Amino acid sequence: MELKQIIQLVEGEVLTSGFDINRPVRGGCGADLMSDVLAYIGPGALLLTGLCSAQVVRTAQMADVAAIVFVRGKRPSLDTIALANQERIPLITSAHGMFELCGRLHQAGLHSLETPA
Amino acid sequence: MNEGPIRADRVITDGAAGLITRVEELAYELKIGEVMTSPAKTVTPDMRMSDVLALFRDAKVSGAPVMANGELVGIVSIADLIRALQENNTAAAVSEYMTMQVTTLEAGSPVIEALKLFTATRVGRLPVVDQAGHLVGIITKGDITRGVLRALEYDYQEEEVRKYRARHLFEDIVSDRTSLTLRYKIKQGDFAHGGNASSHIKRALVRLGASPQIARRCGIAIYEAEMNLIIHTTNGGAVRVEIEPHQIVMETIDDGPGIEDIDLAMTPGYSTAPDSVRELGFGAGMGLKNIQRCVDDMYLDSTVGRGTRLEMRIFLKPDEQLGDSSSPADRAGRNGGASQ
Repeated sequence: MELKQIIQLVEGEVLTSGFDINRPVRGGCGADLMSDVLAYIGPGALLLTGLCSAQVVRTAQMADVAAIVFVRGKRPSLDTIALANQERIPLITSAHGMFELCGRLHQAGLHSLETPA
Repeated sequence: MNEGPIRADRVITDGAAGLITRVEELAYELKIGEVMTSPAKTVTPDMRMSDVLALFRDAKVSGAPVMANGELVGIVSIADLIRALQENNTAAAVSEYMTMQVTTLEAGSPVIEALKLFTATRVGRLPVVDQAGHLVGIITKGDITRGVLRALEYDYQEEEVRKYRARHLFEDIVSDRTSLTLRYKIKQGDFAHGGNASSHIKRALVRLGASPQIARRCGIAIYEAEMNLIIHTTNGGAVRVEIEPHQIVMETIDDGPGIEDIDLAMTPGYSTAPDSVRELGFGAGMGLKNIQRCVDDMYLDSTVGRGTRLEMRIFLKPDEQLGDSSSPADRAGRNGGASQ
């Protein structure tokens, strides 16, 4: 699925610039624990999270996350947005909650890239 | 719609921002002076239209500014030439057919200004002037396309050149055993910069020719270890990475407080992290276990009151070796390169 389609599905607002909206996203994962992201997701995933510290961007960079969606209208600080711009990791915020967004994306054909423990 | 210039350091919040690509960014970053054709072929008002025809044909241009005594007085295009030909009047002076009301662009303006004018006026070319209003060149849509393509290629090549240089490091320096050591100091409690060292390490590995899989495994392991220094140490610590063509050894060292029960610390879910750390998404008790999964070998030495030393090793298979021109990352670069 392409990033632009995801942005539409989550009714997201894009917080960063300079990335390719046609970038393909291989699957998704939802997590608030960054260690879970580091341990249990495959590369190229969309990350849905309620956490919005700079560590989310660093975690995304290490785990090769394709893009980050902040759920329930959360917004990271300007420093975090600047870091994401620098590392070219797209940040999107959506007013909807985690369950709703995971459901929408899964139903639209975005598969889980989470691996069971 | 947002009419103002969009810059990387500005927060984009309107709906249209989702549609911004690198090409669009370049329209704001590149200056008209960087992409225009300079100097422009010019004509004078008293030249004949037949001279214009000869110029357009020989110089392969489709328009030219008209200059009189160093001043821009008009522009003559291929459309004007066609009119002259239809009227069988190529002996006429340029001044009879040229367009007098000429919109100009400043060389220092971003390329987007040219694009806006091309869209609004549907003209094919616009003269470019300096701040004093003197003609310095001419710009067409073709110039913009070429300029943007050149810039995109430059973006790509810049990183490729860095990768190329780094990758040859091990080949160019001859010794019985060559290694590259990276060292970083990590401050206790410095969450704002948490992950910076890991980010640099991962990038260095990619530039040295590590495959995406190796870079990711190293990145995840060292990031967990770096966060441990920030979260758990008394005085922070040091990250040290020794890179050799056949292996990567990553190490974190601190001087306290030390781990009381290493087996317990390795148990998934066990954590001594305070709530403030858990709110940042860490301290779930998965860190050491996660590191162990990512690396080939892990040694953890710790003495309470003395400190902790964590060593992580990744062994590179013959086809993953760094500095080897047949490494997977290099092959990917050759096969999938945009310059091909």
